[in-house]
Amino acid sequence: MAEDDEIILSELPDDELVLQMYDDLYDGLKEEIEEGVNILLARGWTPYEILTKALVAGMTIVGHDFRDGILFVPEVLLAANAMKGGMFILKPLLAETGAPRVGKMVIGTVKGDIHDIGKNLVGMMMEGAGFEVVDLGINNPVEKYIEALEREGADILGMSALLTTTMPYMKVVIDTMIEKGMRDDYIVLVGGAPLNEEFGRAIGADAYCRDAAVAVETAKTFIARKHNQGAVA
Amino acid sequence: MSSTAPTDLLSQMLATHDWLLADGATGTNLFNMGLSAGEPPEMWNVEHADRIRALYQGAVDAGSDVFLTNSFGGNASRLKLHGAQGRVGELNRVAAEIGRDVADKANRKVVVAGSVGPTGEIFAPMGTMTHALAVEIFHEQAEGLKAGGVDVLWVETISAAEEYRAAAEAAKLAGMAWCGTMSFDTAGRTMMGLTSAGMAALVDSLDHPPLAFGANCGVGASDLLRTVLGFAAQGHERPIIAKGNAGIPKYHDGHIHYDGTPELMAEYAVLARDSGARIIGGCCGTMPEHLRHMRSALETRPKGPRPTLETIAEKLGGFSSASDGTGSDQPAPRERRRARS
Repeated sequence: MAEDDEIILSELPDDELVLQMYDDLYDGLKEEIEEGVNILLARGWTPYEILTKALVAGMTIVGHDFRDGILFVPEVLLAANAMKGGMFILKPLLAETGAPRVGKMVIGTVKGDIHDIGKNLVGMMMEGAGFEVVDLGINNPVEKYIEALEREGADILGMSALLTTTMPYMKVVIDTMIEKGMRDDYIVLVGGAPLNEEFGRAIGADAYCRDAAVAVETAKTFIARKHNQGAVA
Repeated sequence: MSSTAPTDLLSQMLATHDWLLADGATGTNLFNMGLSAGEPPEMWNVEHADRIRALYQGAVDAGSDVFLTNSFGGNASRLKLHGAQGRVGELNRVAAEIGRDVADKANRKVVVAGSVGPTGEIFAPMGTMTHALAVEIFHEQAEGLKAGGVDVLWVETISAAEEYRAAAEAAKLAGMAWCGTMSFDTAGRTMMGLTSAGMAALVDSLDHPPLAFGANCGVGASDLLRTVLGFAAQGHERPIIAKGNAGIPKYHDGHIHYDGTPELMAEYAVLARDSGARIIGGCCGTMPEHLRHMRSALETRPKGPRPTLETIAEKLGGFSSASDGTGSDQPAPRERRRARS
């Protein structure tokens, strides 16, 4: 039966190889993903096609099952790690070929807060979706966010807080961005265990993201909207 | 049951009481006393011993039979974020000594439980934490709490089975009885995907099992009770702990408050007991006022039948997810094209 057959990636036609890569991402198999990426490159796929059609599409399935409570953090971390293996090969090639940029996010936990598991997970899932991620770490004052947004030419600001006492600081950051007249240049996403949609609205964020999977989907939606607006303007 | 009578105070009290009232929030109370965000609360054990004493006294005066020490983040992994990893022994010992003194001056028996929180690190292969290192970190903290005179170790807010196992081993090395709760905050499971049934099986598999196990923190009181029902369904004799948050945090004019009233927490306490919990307390947002209402409700209202999920939702509010990962109606993982060898 099929179960007993050794899967030889290089013998699969393109469409089946891509489907197999979805499975291998889902199972967090890093070496198999790296092999798949190299095979597709040898077959003349562009780095951008491999990124979007194989890796990002595969990670979208992982994201959906995480959102739906079918996969949990350990499986998602393994999948993100496999994705990273593929990205390591593609990254220099993407830059060389002038491939379109998916988007860039600056992310960090707010001042006074030293939790980072949730933020790290969002960072990994965003990378899994093809975004560039600049991670500022924990305990970030407003100046650090603003300096990084400007330096990196970022599209998205992501802020995380795990304490009810630190979440109001997100408003300080957003208010400072408004004062500087730069608020509308960025998509502001917030998240963390004690937050909710009502809070996100109250402080003037673009969206509250319940988990890393939702963060990715929300980021994609806002980036697409931004591009559409750009085309009209 | 072992042939020798248990010598620790918590076991003795469990043997003579149907239920015990634990304490409420540590963080929420300390923030009200002026702790600023990001500042490690454990420093207050030495810098503001009077406030830590007041925290403990608040729980004792409100009727708690068990209170937790101010040492949740007192392991080397967390204290390292503040450059205080060299002070684990001292900060934990002092947290326990203040507690010991408060308990010994009370006019009844009160258990001092040495709080041990997670390392905050993810285990290998996804992360960098190893079993051996986690055991070492927890053991160091356990020895500090033991030296300060706690009656029992109290491991809480754990997400990973690996971390719970490491804590069990550390308690064994320290020669201490322990209790251990996990936090079920992701679709009714822990962040790492463990279900209530999974935790009950994990507890049974340990060679130094806890005196009592259960759930703390998480999403809201309803979710926490669903988890308790999940434990009870496994039918073990081991006492179950319920320590839920006082509702859900709400943003109000620049600050946060938990929306669970003392009356709601009283209802929660009664439902927790009826669901099968024997050690009942609160977590974030639970103040002495809540504890007083919980105690009074537990003392005056008769034990009722095990509540259904519908009853819990009706009295405390709905659940955060349709399912909690137990039972047969679970969503199946993606079907793979072929199994890899």
